[in-house]
Amino acid sequence: MHAVTDKPPGWLGRSVERLEDAALLTGAGRFVDDIAPPPGTLAAAILRSPRAHARIGAIAIDAARRLPGVAAILTGADVAAMSAPLAAGIKAPLECWPIAIDRARYVGEPVAVVVASDRYIAEDALDLIAVSYEPLPAVVDPIAAMQPTATLLHDKLGANIASDRSFCYGDPAAQFAAAATRIAVSVRYPRNSCTPIETYGVIAEYAASDDAYDVTANFMGPLSMHPVMARALRVPGNRLRLRTPPDSGGSFGVKQGLVPYIVLIALAARLAGRPVKWIEDRLEHLSASVSATNRVTKLAAAVDADGRVRALDWDQIEDVGAHLRAPEPAALYRMHGNLTGAYDIRHVCVRNRVVLTNKTPSGLNRGFGGPQVYFALERLMQRIARELGLDPLDVIRRNLVPTGAFPYRTATGGLLDSGDYAGAIERAVAQGTLAELRARRVNARGQGRLYGIGYAAVVEPSISNMGYITTVLTAQERARAGPKNGAFATATVAFDPLGCVSVQIASTPQGQGHRTVAAQVVADVFGLAPADVRVLGELDTARDAWSIASGNYSSRFAGAVAGAVHLAAQRLAAKLKRAAATQLNVAPDDVVFAGARAQARDNRDNAMAFSRLAAATHWSPGLMDAGDHALRETVFWTPPELAAPSDADAVNSSLCHGFIFDFCGIEIDRVTGAVRVDKYVTMHDCGRVLHPGMVAGQITGGFAHALGAALYEEFAYAPDGSFLSGTFADYLVPTAMEIPQPLMLHMETPSPFTPLGAKGVGEGNCMSTPVCIANAAADALGVDQVELPLLPARLAAHFHPREEFPKGTTAATAVAIGARQGDGAMTLHGRGVVEIARVPQDVWAMLLDAKTLAAIIPGAGAIEKLSETHFRVDVTLGVGPVRGDGHALVL
Amino acid sequence: MKPARFDYIRAETLAEAHAALAAHGGEARVLAGGQTLLPMLSMRLARPGVLVDIMRLHEIARYGIERDVIRVGAGVRQAQLQKMFELDKVQPLLAKALPWVGHAQTRARGTVCGSIAHADPSAELPLVLVALGGEVELSSARHRRKVAGEEFFTGPLSTARADDELVEAVTFPSRRPGYGYAFREFARRHGDFAIVACAAVARTDGARLAIGGVGDRPVAREFAQADRTSLTEALDAFSWELDARDDAHASAAYRRALVRQIGHAVIMEAEQCRV
Amino acid sequence: MPRLSADRQHSVRFELNGREVEAQAEPRMLLSDFLRHVLAMTGTHVGCEHGVCGACTVEIDGMAARACLTLAVQVEGARVRTVEALAPGPGRLSILQEAFRRHHGLQCGFCTPGILMSLDIFLRAHPAPSEIDIREYLSGHLCRCTGYAPIVAAALDAAEKLREADIIG
Repeated sequence: MHAVTDKPPGWLGRSVERLEDAALLTGAGRFVDDIAPPPGTLAAAILRSPRAHARIGAIAIDAARRLPGVAAILTGADVAAMSAPLAAGIKAPLECWPIAIDRARYVGEPVAVVVASDRYIAEDALDLIAVSYEPLPAVVDPIAAMQPTATLLHDKLGANIASDRSFCYGDPAAQFAAAATRIAVSVRYPRNSCTPIETYGVIAEYAASDDAYDVTANFMGPLSMHPVMARALRVPGNRLRLRTPPDSGGSFGVKQGLVPYIVLIALAARLAGRPVKWIEDRLEHLSASVSATNRVTKLAAAVDADGRVRALDWDQIEDVGAHLRAPEPAALYRMHGNLTGAYDIRHVCVRNRVVLTNKTPSGLNRGFGGPQVYFALERLMQRIARELGLDPLDVIRRNLVPTGAFPYRTATGGLLDSGDYAGAIERAVAQGTLAELRARRVNARGQGRLYGIGYAAVVEPSISNMGYITTVLTAQERARAGPKNGAFATATVAFDPLGCVSVQIASTPQGQGHRTVAAQVVADVFGLAPADVRVLGELDTARDAWSIASGNYSSRFAGAVAGAVHLAAQRLAAKLKRAAATQLNVAPDDVVFAGARAQARDNRDNAMAFSRLAAATHWSPGLMDAGDHALRETVFWTPPELAAPSDADAVNSSLCHGFIFDFCGIEIDRVTGAVRVDKYVTMHDCGRVLHPGMVAGQITGGFAHALGAALYEEFAYAPDGSFLSGTFADYLVPTAMEIPQPLMLHMETPSPFTPLGAKGVGEGNCMSTPVCIANAAADALGVDQVELPLLPARLAAHFHPREEFPKGTTAATAVAIGARQGDGAMTLHGRGVVEIARVPQDVWAMLLDAKTLAAIIPGAGAIEKLSETHFRVDVTLGVGPVRGDGHALVL
Repeated sequence: MKPARFDYIRAETLAEAHAALAAHGGEARVLAGGQTLLPMLSMRLARPGVLVDIMRLHEIARYGIERDVIRVGAGVRQAQLQKMFELDKVQPLLAKALPWVGHAQTRARGTVCGSIAHADPSAELPLVLVALGGEVELSSARHRRKVAGEEFFTGPLSTARADDELVEAVTFPSRRPGYGYAFREFARRHGDFAIVACAAVARTDGARLAIGGVGDRPVAREFAQADRTSLTEALDAFSWELDARDDAHASAAYRRALVRQIGHAVIMEAEQCRV
Repeated sequence: MPRLSADRQHSVRFELNGREVEAQAEPRMLLSDFLRHVLAMTGTHVGCEHGVCGACTVEIDGMAARACLTLAVQVEGARVRTVEALAPGPGRLSILQEAFRRHHGLQCGFCTPGILMSLDIFLRAHPAPSEIDIREYLSGHLCRCTGYAPIVAAALDAAEKLREADIIG
């Protein structure tokens, strides 16, 4: 298992230039907004809730409807009449619609869709729609949302907890009783998103004659969402034709979140009777596309005095936002088979709760569930070291799955396919010169600087089991629903009459270079050059081979899709060899494809052009085996290792498990609290490397996302549910100045379960890097608790001198001037203090009086008393260039 | 994210610009580099009826040294001023602060006067203007007047400019002998608006420190030449007076701490730069 | 003094990639929309429409400019270049474009046109930049795929090759 695979001769394993790039570099890419839509296509714009939680009363659309150029306006009532809710994976009385119906539950939730001749006019019409909102209390914190007194998001559910499941593997109770100590961490993982630079885009048509929808969207899959969308649109699956454009501007999971918008725009097209195009803008994307889940985790370990972990006790509270949107709560279960990470821990108990809050619904995002799990697990390993006075790296080493134990069945049912974790760590320590980094820390600390080292060991799952999500159901519920398992990858390889090779893949590439690697795979099989092979990456569900697992997620391309391409090419190669054998007068096994020729193994002169051979199958089918003339092979490949969850809830949630070991040295600025990453080392074993340049690109790209999550990015909400990260000036995506170059190290232990031995590599650093940096920050500060993102202000609070209030002020007045809370990024605030020398009841009475309110709210116009505690105030705000009329509701 | 409708006036002379502003007043907005106005238009936070494009006015597209100030006309882009010959000698504070204004790509379009007129409390150029004690030249069909930088900024995105007035130029005092200048800023990312920005001018008899990013406008304070302890106390008092507030990026207490520490460092640095 | 009324289309004439063009736009139309949807030059991409991501960066009168922060009517009489003008000819790539391909300086390619335009302008003015110069300049662009390292490598390599080409030329 130690051996690094020898690079086979051929194209695979080489960093060939990408076939995608010439078009992308010259502005000739074809992204969804570049494609000419059908003639007569109209533009959509979406009116969104400015409130986190409110009942929706009247929606006045007449003025908007009268605006010249406006063709149709779709509201919740239309959607309810024309469609069905989006199905979710949990059996619970929850309805998930693509638009607010009677009630808005998060800032940014669609409330109406305007269809107009162009986007400018559609936005003009949005301004003319008046929505009456009756505010409800909002709940943004998942712990608060679980309280019995919390405001309910979905009344029929009767609580904000959509699922509560407990699992037990082995005998954790006995292990906790027997172990020397119990060590626990309590952590929160924040909300963030990988925010692709291209936003969502949908072009939808409805053919009334056929009752069929035809939609083009930069959707990334999984295609298991196709039946969900077809059902929501109330058409059979074969009447929802879904296509993807040739190019997509990044996804990282995020473009799974198109599902509700595909339904919504399809309905808008039906209502308007014309094709409709919607291109999401950045403000919509940040507030309302999709978010990774935030999670509150308590994780405890039963630990021996030497740091050996006997058992884990997980308590995970998953905040999916305002709706449980399929495939959620998948993020909570994707890691279920590898909840023990890289460690040999035989006893595990788990409690998983899924909670609803007034935030954007969650969905796929690079790492999907991994960042949340490893933040808890690797913080725990560091805490164990700290509490027991051990070196954190020794604690990691002591608990690793032993080399030679692979394939290794984890306590929770995962099957770790291959690896040499201890070997990878020792190589990283040596090649990454950890000793030198430790010396740097000693030196820095000697100078009084805040310097820390962090570690993280992570198992990176890829190629998810389509059945893992059903672990959220009980065994009885699963039995009723029927087993779900596997992970179909599909690929088609074909010859045309000139003997040229075409490939079609259903992996909906979003920039990862799938077409190039597929061409490398096929070129190797046929002895061609990658440039000779044409690969189509766009998907058309009406014509192409696909299955529910199709799509671009769970890092499944290299292991699954490239493997399916390989198998399809091999099938055709076998047929061609038999045809060539006749012509070259050798045995089929002695036909070799090389240098664009088919030739006899022992006599290179006995040869024919490959294209001639491949073309001949069209012109002289008689050359082919009787009964198998197919010049086009489609392979559906699914690995047998991905079984449905067992009755005891054991699940092999992913086929492949790469290994990552990271360590880093960081320094925290003594004045500003800013983190500087001094050195970052990341060791990867992702099985066989098909294209080193792309693997490096996945690592540096994932690292950048992870560094963003660790230091900069957060979807922040105020306590009232208002959204604070609504622009790229508020949601801080790191730039070239913030992202250092990590030292990348590799080793290869091929997966025995994939056709090419490859595993996924795209998500690992999103799992390892945030916690590695957090561990380093905790080490630098010598503290137990650090919170992501590592805001300079939060870190500085640990070492900034305690403030003393200035002379002549009291604590109360100083706080009043200095520490007002909760201003949103776009909130405009006035200055000045109104002193009210009355007892509180009088103040309350005054605030409840409409006339008094009008007098004290700047710019307040008409005030309408909605109830004893609610008023609607029409406000005109004028600050500098900003002038807006709006409706402000005062509680 | 598309702007609401507006008329567009391409002024060809200063008089035309004045006339347009006089005619439309508060309904009109001046369009110069557009780097802050355009996002506000696209987000529909600003909905002017008329945009007056002043970038074709040759008479205000110039900058130069006039007596003891650098006068920068309304049409001068930030990148142009940054490239001014020996700017680091003419006014070191401008040379130090300009690279912090947005990014090269926005400095290529954004104007100096536009940034002043926009009056973002975290922006660098308003801070420099206040630190140096510069002036804003306002002109209209009615009159012309000069307003000290400190009086020009009246609140977040708010200034003393009347609706019919154009910020025709700003003047930054040139470097004076015996003075030292320093600038430091802390933002979460490179090119972001500051969480705290500090500009200091050191003289023989004391120093002037201006702070951006904390209060609702850039605020300057004089610090007499004194020993270290009293400076520390004075900075502490200053930090409280700025009315810092919490937001998603930083707490008020954190901002005050940076004012004290970076403020101190920047005064010391300015002292050392005195020539 | 030209006054273009809000609700009408107005003729805008300018030079686009070396050719005179004329098309109609309302005053409020953004240059990014004008290029893409009126003039069908879809190489310029739109990522944020508030001037942060840099995907829409084009060259106006020799300077880098965000097309989303520019009105179509503002480029009347101007010289505009977009990513479509960078390659020396059909089927060929410029030195900078080739360096991007060689170093895998792009993945999804959506932010790439803006970055190429910025670097094309930058390398003309700064033929021998340091890595930090390039990183600082690139900080006006967001890329979510690459982690920037391969972009920086491509820019440094392109700068060197452009210097060599300059010496030979």
